[in-house]
Amino acid sequence: MADLSAAPNMSVDQIRESYTALTRRKRVYGGILLVVFVALMAAGFRTADDRNAGSFSDGIGRLFDYPAEVLGEAAEKIALMPGHMAHFFPALVETLNIAAASTLIGALAGTVLSLLSTRGMARWPRLIPVFRRIMDICRAIPEIVIALVLIFLLGGGPVPAMIAIAIHTAGALGKLFSEVNENASLKPVEGLQSVGATWAQRMFLGVIPQVGPNYVSYALLRFEINIRASAILGFVGAGGIGYELRNSMSWGQGRYDEAAAIFVLLFATIVIVDQASGHLRDRLTHGAKA
Amino acid sequence: MTTFSTDLGIEGLKSETDRLFARKRIINFALPVLVLLYLGYVFFAFEIPALWQKASIENARTLVSDSYSYKTHVTRDNRDASVSVAIEGERKGAYPDGMSPEWVSLGETTVIDLEDGHVVRFGPETIEYDIPGYGLIRATPSRSKGVQAELPAGPVPEWINVSKNRLAIKTEAGRLTVTRNRSEVFRYFTGWELFFFTLDSPYHGMSLPDLAGRAVSGEAGAIFNDFWTNKMWRHQDVAWAIVETLLMAFLGTLGAGLVALPLAFLATRNFMPIRAIRFATRRVFDFVRGVDSLIWTVVLSRAFGPGPLTGALAILVTDTGTFGKIFSEALENVDQKQIEGVQSTGARAIQRYRFGVIPQVTPVLLSQLLYFLESNTRSATIIGAITGGGIGLLLTQAIITQKDWEEVAYYIVLIILMVMLMDWFSGWLRRRLIKGEVSEKKAKRKSAKA
Repeated sequence: MADLSAAPNMSVDQIRESYTALTRRKRVYGGILLVVFVALMAAGFRTADDRNAGSFSDGIGRLFDYPAEVLGEAAEKIALMPGHMAHFFPALVETLNIAAASTLIGALAGTVLSLLSTRGMARWPRLIPVFRRIMDICRAIPEIVIALVLIFLLGGGPVPAMIAIAIHTAGALGKLFSEVNENASLKPVEGLQSVGATWAQRMFLGVIPQVGPNYVSYALLRFEINIRASAILGFVGAGGIGYELRNSMSWGQGRYDEAAAIFVLLFATIVIVDQASGHLRDRLTHGAKA
Repeated sequence: MTTFSTDLGIEGLKSETDRLFARKRIINFALPVLVLLYLGYVFFAFEIPALWQKASIENARTLVSDSYSYKTHVTRDNRDASVSVAIEGERKGAYPDGMSPEWVSLGETTVIDLEDGHVVRFGPETIEYDIPGYGLIRATPSRSKGVQAELPAGPVPEWINVSKNRLAIKTEAGRLTVTRNRSEVFRYFTGWELFFFTLDSPYHGMSLPDLAGRAVSGEAGAIFNDFWTNKMWRHQDVAWAIVETLLMAFLGTLGAGLVALPLAFLATRNFMPIRAIRFATRRVFDFVRGVDSLIWTVVLSRAFGPGPLTGALAILVTDTGTFGKIFSEALENVDQKQIEGVQSTGARAIQRYRFGVIPQVTPVLLSQLLYFLESNTRSATIIGAITGGGIGLLLTQAIITQKDWEEVAYYIVLIILMVMLMDWFSGWLRRRLIKGEVSEKKAKRKSAKA
């Protein structure tokens, strides 16, 4: 904001002049930024279009071909749909289990990391930067990197995905948790310290009860994200519904009804979990509506 | 918080407190027990006990040692006694005919010095390996009789594997394998081989001051060209892959912002009086978000084929739903007074939006866009692995070969650097654009989802 009250002895004309100059300069800057932005978008789009196998103009017409094909076939074989859903339900449970277990493990690890990297609570105050960097690195590694390497080591299955997502979750939640910790009161911690409580006791009895609801709310949010992540990792070979989706897609035509069943299952799960966790989070942060 | 009714006597309060304590105690024990039970269930559902049998320690060892070291193969074709030297045994890493590293002297008898007294000799007929502290091993391969090995007297140590058609020796200094058709020596070195220049480049093996001198005297272009077109590490392709990944994130995030902003107005109570449209727009947002980026990626890659555009569109579509929701929430919270103020000066509708609404929501919008830009860099890596574009594709390809672990390590380092750089950049830009800690804190809470 321009501080117009800075010079009280300016005449009205002067004020107007400086104000118009300011607006003009702002407009020029805004215009330049806009031009640069549009140019970047256009150039970026052109480059992406050039390097793509099919061009945008060709593909846009075919956008709905595949969904139409899948849905058409599913509609023809609508009678088989409940059977397929029952068939793929265990895979869906596996995907949910991957998400839930990795959220739990990640949240536990994130809690410890966040407590170790918050000023006033840390066990070893000098190591705070070290634990912060550990969280940064955990957050920066995309899940797929760890998952692919672990699939090579451990073979395909849910465990590589679980570990990969848990590592990322630990980093992401650790950062959010330590922000929550900063707002927590240190008085209970000091009180506990004065009666000789160990570090673990101080944290468990002094800090966790204060931050618990916020932690759970963030962990729920993360659970939603992790369901999506575990579905995607399944697609690259880590088990669960994503793996089934890739298989049924590679069968090609004639088996699209299976793919459709998986689409529906995944969609329904995501929507239900989103709604349920949104509702729960609302209650946790704003208190129960009595 | 638990509050007690005020009309309780001492006894009443006490019993009330006791009950509260008892409940809390139960919850405090029940929750960890539930978590433990669930983890126990997962432990068996994921068949973790059986995992140890599947897990490959051998794979882990090659992966780790390969990621920071490389081996040079010296291979003798036993049929015509010709000897070739190649880094990692790959054709693009082969030494030209008649050339060899200094520890290999070619000739009628090729002498390979593995250091610390280990010497392998490829004779005209016989292969010899002199192992200090053990003795001389001789092996004569022939088509008719297989591999005839002569070992020093005594029991065969476990690092020597000998059979009728094969002799394999594994020592600290290197590895020798003799079969009927060929004899091969591996020598291990630390580092990433040929990272800057391949063997066919005149600049291979030159020291940095030498290179700098040549660059100054006008060869900078040629030097850069040799580095850029390195066949082993493909720096050009890798750089393009990174650019593609960033491009996906950039186009996807900003495109989603551009699409979502006008739609968000349709989903707000204060700007869209018609209930049906509001409801429909919100359901569209929910649907797009619910379909999930995996399904969008699959559908879009059918229409557009593999490449960065597909990835960008997948991010664009998924995030349109998320942005639509966040933006419409921000728009519902705008202060009506500012709009009325603009209106009182006789502004038209479009001016009311431009000067009354947009300045209020810009901080939230920008900070969300920047947060998503960072998290989408990570998503773009994953989506690239599915649609086939960017650094994600290179990474999956390198992992599938199961031997180029040094390249995998290189790509992982690049990806982590890329994401951290984007994190830093978006944080920096956010601080420059939005001065005011409060709005940033609030935005952070909301974008926790990213």
